[in-house]
Amino acid sequence: MKELLERALNAAQLKGASYADVRLVHRIEQSLLVRNGVVQGISQIEDMGFGVRVIADGAWGFASSARLTLEEAEQVAGRAVQIAKASALFKKEDVDIGPPVVQRGTYRTPVEVDPFTIPLEKKLEVLLAADAAMRGVKGIAATEAEMVFLRERKTFASTEGSWIEQEIIESGCSIEALAVGPDEVQRRSYPNSVGRHQMTRGWEFIEECDLPGHAPRIAEEAVALLTADPCPDTVTTVILGGSQVALQIHESCGHPIELDRVFGTEAAYAGTSFLTPEKLGTFRYGSEVVNITADATLPGGLGTFGWDDEGVPAQRVDIVKEGLFVGYMTSRETARQLLRLLGPSPYVTGLSNGTMRASGWNRIPLIRMTNVNLLPGTWRLEDLIADTEEGIFMDTNRSWSIDDKRLNFQFGCEIAWEIRGGKRTRLLKNPIYTGITPEFWRSCDAVCNANHWVIWGTPNCGKGQPSQLAHTGHGAAPARFRNVRVFSRK
Amino acid sequence: MLGESHIRELLENALRISPADETEIVLEAHDSALTRFANNTIHQNVAEVNTEVAIRVVLGKRVGSAITNRLTEEALEKAIAEAVALARLQPENPEFPGLPDPQPIEPVTAFDEAVAGATPEWRARAVGAVCRWAESAGASAAGALSTGIYELAVANSRGVFAYHVGTEAHFTTVVMCDEGSGYAHRAAWRLADLDVEAMGRSAVDRALRSRNPRPIEPGVYPVVLEPYAVDDILSWLGYAGAGALAVQEGRSWMNDRIGRPIMSPLVTIWDDGRDVAGLPLPFDFEGVPRQRVVIVEKGVPQGPVYDTVTAAREGRRSTGHALPRSRPQTASLGPIPLHLFMAPGEVTLEEMIRQVDRGLYITRFWYTRLVHPRDCVLTGMTRDGVFWIEKGEIAYPVQNLRFTQGYVPALAQVRAVGTERWVLSEGFGFTCVPALLLEAFTFTGVTEMPGH
Repeated sequence: MKELLERALNAAQLKGASYADVRLVHRIEQSLLVRNGVVQGISQIEDMGFGVRVIADGAWGFASSARLTLEEAEQVAGRAVQIAKASALFKKEDVDIGPPVVQRGTYRTPVEVDPFTIPLEKKLEVLLAADAAMRGVKGIAATEAEMVFLRERKTFASTEGSWIEQEIIESGCSIEALAVGPDEVQRRSYPNSVGRHQMTRGWEFIEECDLPGHAPRIAEEAVALLTADPCPDTVTTVILGGSQVALQIHESCGHPIELDRVFGTEAAYAGTSFLTPEKLGTFRYGSEVVNITADATLPGGLGTFGWDDEGVPAQRVDIVKEGLFVGYMTSRETARQLLRLLGPSPYVTGLSNGTMRASGWNRIPLIRMTNVNLLPGTWRLEDLIADTEEGIFMDTNRSWSIDDKRLNFQFGCEIAWEIRGGKRTRLLKNPIYTGITPEFWRSCDAVCNANHWVIWGTPNCGKGQPSQLAHTGHGAAPARFRNVRVFSRK
Repeated sequence: MLGESHIRELLENALRISPADETEIVLEAHDSALTRFANNTIHQNVAEVNTEVAIRVVLGKRVGSAITNRLTEEALEKAIAEAVALARLQPENPEFPGLPDPQPIEPVTAFDEAVAGATPEWRARAVGAVCRWAESAGASAAGALSTGIYELAVANSRGVFAYHVGTEAHFTTVVMCDEGSGYAHRAAWRLADLDVEAMGRSAVDRALRSRNPRPIEPGVYPVVLEPYAVDDILSWLGYAGAGALAVQEGRSWMNDRIGRPIMSPLVTIWDDGRDVAGLPLPFDFEGVPRQRVVIVEKGVPQGPVYDTVTAAREGRRSTGHALPRSRPQTASLGPIPLHLFMAPGEVTLEEMIRQVDRGLYITRFWYTRLVHPRDCVLTGMTRDGVFWIEKGEIAYPVQNLRFTQGYVPALAQVRAVGTERWVLSEGFGFTCVPALLLEAFTFTGVTEMPGH
């Protein structure tokens, strides 16, 4: 395969590329799904191919193929150069990716137990046990239990002299219970909803999740929600569970700090950002307890790797420091654009902070969230609830919607409890909260401590055309927000 | 492009070497390219050639699957062996009804040489014209133009062999100007049906007209919805409740309502994978011919679409709406209508506006998500042009609003249906939809940006 990569780089240069990189990706994904006590399927997906990205005549081109031959490597490189030259017909300025990045090395996700060494029978045993435990609860209409395991081997090489080999391993799982009443449908999920919880860890992660142990509780909660009171329509204090804080970070901080969005290149699809460049270093994003990082070096995070898909090393970057907006996630090209726009400063270096990732060999890298984290605070959850005279505790996301600038959001949760006199009291169904991003984060007055902090995995973050699904992580603990509009539909 | 005879040979060879009781092979091949632009310049230009072969094997009532994107004999043999090994490990699925038997499938022609032969230079010139037009108007255009060939083949050991080749072209643009923005999008299998320049001009015009939007209070308003917004309504109704699994599990908006009027009698919705007015695909991912299924007839739900599993549960035949079954996760979705049509009406967009005394004109919805399944309650934002209508005329642009609204009750409020329909597709499947005038639509919020 080394020859194929070298041939592609050589061919691109011979055809006129001033820069080229090539990624060869081999991915194996194993999925298991049990529904209503029946194994719906076990599948193994094997996917392999390469993509060549070039700059020619000052513009980008990209082509890819699953045919792994030397002739195809030459043809694909030539096609990428042809495409770049077509792009150059309507360029405004030459692409500037800054000084060369030369990296050589290897990275492998550290795992205690390689999940691909665990027999499928063992995996099914866990799923069937969890599914049976949910179905054992009266009133449950449908159940689902899922596991996903991923191994991705990729080699990156560039005409600047980089040669990087990486192996990323992921494990993910979820269970769901659906309860149906005469006029109501309620769903509960564990460990997370909207896909599943996933980490760059091995089988030990699945064991820690203990799906069968949590199955009866979530099934009982789904049934109890059928007859629960609806969440009141009011303005109150809200405490969000850790996984919902993770979703809040993802949507209202993670996306608006992607510098390609800020510069408008996602305007027609994913949208733009309210965090425009003049706000860097001056804008109060949140209260003083809000500290957010983008950290691709966190062990176990779903956005953890050795190098990004431009060959830039994984990094930890401050995004919000004591409430002040101080950093973007950047690529080589956008880091240079920001430098040209704002000039050098403590927040602007002109160098990429290593967040470019592609969802596969057939996609170009885009700026994608690594692990975007709300750093832990000082509170124990029990103390935080005891400190809250009146409010609502909401947990586990059910629906999420946010505008194209990432300002106006409305999120629904699966479950809520009323807080009265410092105690968690009656169950509430269909809770929804809504707000404006900076107002909301400025109203955050407490974040729970490291004992409650989990790096939640989001394996289905959509962006780009053609569409790409990225795997991102979000370290988060429960947090409290004041004066939040809450309500219920139905 | 691989071609039918090559694919048939490949699939028949693979079926021959499979040791399973039953085997199904689904092959999808893409040869596609996309040119993306923003800030009035091309910033991304990509091409992809890929093939995916999904193998599903059956041992008694045990089912295993494997997917590969490599077409060599060894790779296919390995994938079959993997699928068999996976099937052996499973407990029996007592519900598995077996693979479908062959049925006659009438081919549909939806291949356009002009799309198949579109070059990077052609795409660059087409989007370049939109960028120049936007720039000359002081606006900024972003979007994407894609062209491609898609081949789908399904073969199984009971004798099914189905093959379809089609072309697809998509254009989308968002044009921004100060606080105004405009949007245009269409999908077609014929290049002649995709007027990129006209769409660009329309989006620029909308962006210019939507500058300086005035504040507006949330509330319940009559609305004129452009087909883009209607596309969102139909897509969600299809995804979240028009498939048999959702109905069987009691989470569909159709539950307890089939045969009862719940929408305006002006509303008729059907799914038709064979109609060349859309982006046809004449059979599903089990090789079953797609039937035309009426989902709502004059406001009355008629019933969902089926695949072989959900049909067997009710002693019916599949309507040809299976999703790819080789990925276990699609089992959670069940069958889904991907080729949705809404019957046109007799009122033009201009006449709809004239019928509104005080209300809103909505270009499209954005980032809509299901809040509750029973009434298909969605929340989302408006985007790319919202206008206040006063005494039958567009008066001025207003700020974007958040809505939280049941799509089923919304369609009970239809007062008029547009004459013209647009084919819209953001990826998997499409809708062919008219504009609508609704008596009432619930908006629950607006955006106010706090300062530093």
